[in-house]
Amino acid sequence: MHRTGELYGQFETLEQQKESAALGMWVFLVTEVLFFGGLFLAYAINRHAYFEAFGIGSNTLDIKLGGFNTVVLIMSSLTMAMAVWSAQVGKKRLVSIFLIATLSLGTVFLGVKVIEYKQKFDHHLIPGHGFDMRYRTENPSQTDDPKEIALEKEELGKAFTQDPDINAHGQLYFSLYFAMTGLHALHMIVGAGLLVWLIKVSFRGRFTPQYNTPVEIVGLYWHFVDIVWIYLFPLLYLIDRHR
Amino acid sequence: MSEHIVSPKVYLVIFFTLMTGTAITVWAAFHNFGPFNVVIALAIASLKATLVVLYFMHARYSPQRTHLVILCAVFWLGIMLALTLTDYTTRPPHASHLAPPTRSHPAPV
Repeated sequence: MHRTGELYGQFETLEQQKESAALGMWVFLVTEVLFFGGLFLAYAINRHAYFEAFGIGSNTLDIKLGGFNTVVLIMSSLTMAMAVWSAQVGKKRLVSIFLIATLSLGTVFLGVKVIEYKQKFDHHLIPGHGFDMRYRTENPSQTDDPKEIALEKEELGKAFTQDPDINAHGQLYFSLYFAMTGLHALHMIVGAGLLVWLIKVSFRGRFTPQYNTPVEIVGLYWHFVDIVWIYLFPLLYLIDRHR
Repeated sequence: MSEHIVSPKVYLVIFFTLMTGTAITVWAAFHNFGPFNVVIALAIASLKATLVVLYFMHARYSPQRTHLVILCAVFWLGIMLALTLTDYTTRPPHASHLAPPTRSHPAPV
């Protein structure tokens, strides 16, 4: 393709080129909104139908890990925005530094997610044959607070009398939990791959005030993934904490 | 038409607002507001999402055509949510997916 410097042949100016790229990314993000929207819709309907089971399921999530991850992800959005700013004002070293910070925070988020998933495996909360919401209270580990376990046991007992099929409905909650956080994590992994590429390019000093479209576009994607988590955190972790 | 550069000061203010929003969300979740718990959670989340779109994603400084694309996303999401929920919430109980199912596990052989 004919190319003059950073300007591809089909565009008149760099600005037009950048606006076209941004528009394309926004259109892609519209499809992503509807993609995640379907899952949120499935979640809303099932939460309404199996209120008790979803409340119990939600309370098994670790609010400290979830909250920590929320802070980490919002911080990564800030560093991403700062990377865009650094490119716009021509601070080439800062671009690399902020991109590496964003990648590191994204990796921390995924690491914490691994710990959370592992806990769910240990507590028999993976939808399938061994699924049992009572497993944890009946086989507490030594690090668990006995008082808390007793309280949880009482709550579970009450829930089982209200909804005898709670183990079936709880699996719906965890299916949606893994589908939604899993799809979100997949987007994070794609984003991390894009960041690795940006960091490599930024080391060559390619991003300047005239040309920083890739940083801007990946930034749009990264912020979108942050927005999905902004909704996921209260809906998955916080719906039934007030009893 | 030249590019608008958002200053780091704005980014920091937005960042701290988002953090405050997160703190309020967690605080509100531990208090019983009855049916309003979910409303409060979603309202704060939407406010945070709007700030991210306007400032981190530069929508506020973007051309009108970007605004149109964003409105389309909200509009189509609204159609999907509204029409589906109208269906689910107005079905008669006997035909409803929302009615408690009689049995969900196969009987042991």
